Amino acid sequence: MAQDRPTASELLGAIADFLREEALPALDRAEPRLGFQMRVAVNSLAILEREARLGPSANLREHERLVKLLGRDGTLDELNRELARQLRTGQRDERDTALMAHLEATVADKIAIANPKWR
Amino acid sequence: MTVHTASLGGSEADQVAAVLAIAAGRHFGGRAAIEGLARESGGASRQTWSFDAVVDGKRHELILRRDPPSASKGERERSAALDRATEFRVLRAAWQAGVRAPEVLFELAPQDGLGEAYVMRRIGGTAIARKLLRDPPYAAARHKIAGQLGEIVARIHAVDVKTLPPLAHRQAEDQIAGLRHLLDTLSQPQPVFELALSWLDRRKPTPVQRPMLVHGDYRTGNYLADETGVTAILDWEGAHLGDPVEDLGWLCVKSWRFGAIDKPAGGFGSRDELWSAYQRAGGDKVDPVRAHWWEVFGTVRWGVICHTQAWKHLSGAQKSMELASIGRRAVETEVDLLQLLKAAA
Repeated sequence: MAQDRPTASELLGAIADFLREEALPALDRAEPRLGFQMRVAVNSLAILEREARLGPSANLREHERLVKLLGRDGTLDELNRELARQLRTGQRDERDTALMAHLEATVADKIAIANPKWR
Repeated sequence: MTVHTASLGGSEADQVAAVLAIAAGRHFGGRAAIEGLARESGGASRQTWSFDAVVDGKRHELILRRDPPSASKGERERSAALDRATEFRVLRAAWQAGVRAPEVLFELAPQDGLGEAYVMRRIGGTAIARKLLRDPPYAAARHKIAGQLGEIVARIHAVDVKTLPPLAHRQAEDQIAGLRHLLDTLSQPQPVFELALSWLDRRKPTPVQRPMLVHGDYRTGNYLADETGVTAILDWEGAHLGDPVEDLGWLCVKSWRFGAIDKPAGGFGSRDELWSAYQRAGGDKVDPVRAHWWEVFGTVRWGVICHTQAWKHLSGAQKSMELASIGRRAVETEVDLLQLLKAAA
């Protein structure tokens, strides 16, 4: 059953805005050490907001690519475990263009959630 | 180094002050009054305290480095960091060899009850990269820091190994095995790090003829600087013997540029500026291929450290939102690794 709005992303965004704009200035005045921790918390909430919005489709795309790349089905964790094993044993390496395209796409989706400003 | 002063008042600070009064009195030869004692670093296990000892009207500005008795062992076994007694000896040898490092003064005895601990002179400056890179007082220093870092690390590598306590000798091969082992302790598979480690494994540099003192964590954030530039190199617990180029590569890892991405040398200059200062100060000629190898290695290393930091929280060893959140920084190094491998191809 679908939840009512706000969506997870909308609610997380509202919490992050409140903490950043109202709670953080007060905390910085009263207790700077907690102000630092609050910045970490606000930043983490922003990650969760993006994950709620972008994560599900990113996971589907990653799964689809892995099935094609490895020629087998499984959970995302199982497929990544198999890929990691092949990379450690040298069965695949950076000369494999399909592999590199998959990793580029996966990392692009991850950084868009974790830290879109990173370059 | 994380620097934020905790408010104190508890019995821990009182106990530390009482012990420091006795130990400082013993060292300086007189009655010592301890003033302005404040805890500086975040972690519960590897503590840094700032204080003044006033002895016969003379004020000594000091720092206490300390592993409390309860935290000393387990934490260190996992991290392969030096114990405080060894760190003290490495710092003393480096300082005596003319390295810009804090001057260590005395160790605390086990019966003092503070755990493994020593005291060194406090040095002015800030370690906070954001300030050094952007605040006006450091405008002139910003042009000097890359060169100074090259010069200082050359002096570190020139420390006579016979003056050092026994240190682990780590070759490229051991370092790769170490990171693979850490990856195996995490709960999730990491294809990009596996790819990069295999890439590194196939291109290992030849072992150095003469292993040198390697600082092991030589980067922006781990030195103090003021408006004149670098004042002291800190955080020596990763010191070991090995390939000196390891320090040069680690300093250039993109994460240590703190946003100044077009300045590889810690956010302050080019690789050429760093290397030529290093060579002018007596360092061996830097092989760019070897330096690039260590930069790629350092990028994997920081990514894996992000996960192991998060794992401290996830495993229940040390509950901390700050540690947990570092896990989500690992992907930054995956982005960098794919760029580095592409550039090398």
